[in-house]
Amino acid sequence: MAKLANLSLDEAEVDRMATQLSGILEHVDALSTLDLTGVPPTSHPLPLVNLTRPDRSRPSWPLDEVLEGAPDVADNMFRVPPTS
Amino acid sequence: MTVETLGLTAERCVELLDAREVSCRELVEAYLDRIGAHDGDFNAFVRTRRDLALAEADAFDRDGRSGLQGVPIALKDILCTRGEETTAGSRILAGHKPMYDAGAVTRVKNAGMIPLGKTNMDEFAMGSSTEHSAYGVTHNPWDPTRVPGGSSGGSAAAVAAGFAPLALGTDTGGSIRQPAALCGVVGLKPTYGAVSRHGLIAFGSSLDQVGPFALTVRDAALAFATIAGRDHCDSTSVELSEPVRIPDREDLAGVRIGVPTKLLDQGVEPGVRASFDASLEVAEGLGASVSEVELPHAHHGLPAYYLIAPAEASANLARFDGVRYGLRLEEPGDTVVDMYGRTRSSGFGAEVKRRIMLGTYVLSAGYYDAYYGTALKVRTLIRQDFDRAFGDVDVIAMPASPTVAFTIGERVDDPWAMYACDVLTVPLNLAGLPGISIPCGLSEELPVGLQLAGPPFSENRLLDAAHAMERALQFDPVPPRLGQGVA
Repeated sequence: MAKLANLSLDEAEVDRMATQLSGILEHVDALSTLDLTGVPPTSHPLPLVNLTRPDRSRPSWPLDEVLEGAPDVADNMFRVPPTS
Repeated sequence: MTVETLGLTAERCVELLDAREVSCRELVEAYLDRIGAHDGDFNAFVRTRRDLALAEADAFDRDGRSGLQGVPIALKDILCTRGEETTAGSRILAGHKPMYDAGAVTRVKNAGMIPLGKTNMDEFAMGSSTEHSAYGVTHNPWDPTRVPGGSSGGSAAAVAAGFAPLALGTDTGGSIRQPAALCGVVGLKPTYGAVSRHGLIAFGSSLDQVGPFALTVRDAALAFATIAGRDHCDSTSVELSEPVRIPDREDLAGVRIGVPTKLLDQGVEPGVRASFDASLEVAEGLGASVSEVELPHAHHGLPAYYLIAPAEASANLARFDGVRYGLRLEEPGDTVVDMYGRTRSSGFGAEVKRRIMLGTYVLSAGYYDAYYGTALKVRTLIRQDFDRAFGDVDVIAMPASPTVAFTIGERVDDPWAMYACDVLTVPLNLAGLPGISIPCGLSEELPVGLQLAGPPFSENRLLDAAHAMERALQFDPVPPRLGQGVA
């Protein structure tokens, strides 16, 4: 699970996390007793209609500003370690 | 003249500025000086912007001003400020300077209000005590051994301590209303969609909403009027169908108040209950009718919320990976995936990691339907409960927090005990509804918050009712231990 979440946890953290998450899941298990047959899911609170804007071209953010906060940059790109 | 900022409302700031009894510089300087002298005791701010704020004040003194121009405000550090550090309480964003202002910040600046600085918060708004911040714990101005609530604890404490007449916070599961309650100030969580979420560093995108803290309901209305409305950078934001009214109502004649009595059995302390019940009598005295209302599924809000919010958070926080901004930790020989893991494990605090893990788990194949899917259905039931209830009543009243401010450290090692703080606030977020907390009395010499909730976009109704209640309750929002130092 930690791998899926891109977290490297040490063993002590894994142990603590496992206990705490099990505790939390015990509380949320209360929901499994509800009869939810035929109830539609709500992923969004209000029936808001998506708003769109005219598809007009506009200038991009200045590259130097975009890259200014980056930890590592090369040739106007974000540089990262090798993928494998 | 010397300005006493403790207990000074935004409306009074405007009067003083309009009458030229004080200059913008004198006003802003008074707040900054008070922060400088006393914030060491509270840690409400993670950083202030003295030179910039004074320069903005000087410009108004030189060129003239009107309206809210020159009124100081504090901003929760989850709202992006262009070119000025924004960390969301996290080490992973240390030094991060956003390229743009959040939508709400743009509106505050366009109104001419002067940001004093950024306030402390639980990391990525995950917490109910402002103890989960990489920048230290915030202390409650009523009693510094206690928490201010969270996650917008810095904003609530700043207003209570006279560090700012107004502050912005965000509320995903109670993070405006609960700290407002614990610090004895007014906090408004608007309807989902009323205020732009653009540039609000996302936690739970279907739940997050920006809103104000203030000393009075009228001040909260002023701030809400400033930040509300559609922003083309947030496709879920909408224009309000009626303008925000600054409330002046003094009675509650004809107002039907519903009380979800059964929900209040969920761990509400006797002292909080007594104060809440007394405020209902005040409401009746103002002409309101009070009746019991059924919200049969509202108590399932807490477990549903603690599935939905972490699920959304685990996706939203995937972007913090050490590539484009913020912290990067890398060792020789690391692959990019090693770097992600190293950066995130060191950059995130324990609570954030817990929620990412929980969210990842409940969204994972095999568990998605049992956990996340179930929670979304429960969300429907909770929404339907409110729809039905608002057929019979105009406003639903309950305490904002089941307890008064608790002691620092008391709940920090017990996640569910901390989550239980939100039992009376999360149902509104799940249903997208507006809610306001106003101080209604004391228990154990600490403030109790009265929460009023209404249907979508009923903020004017809530502000009216809250204003009438505030007038009748006569709560003094100045913490006695701070007021004693004032001549």
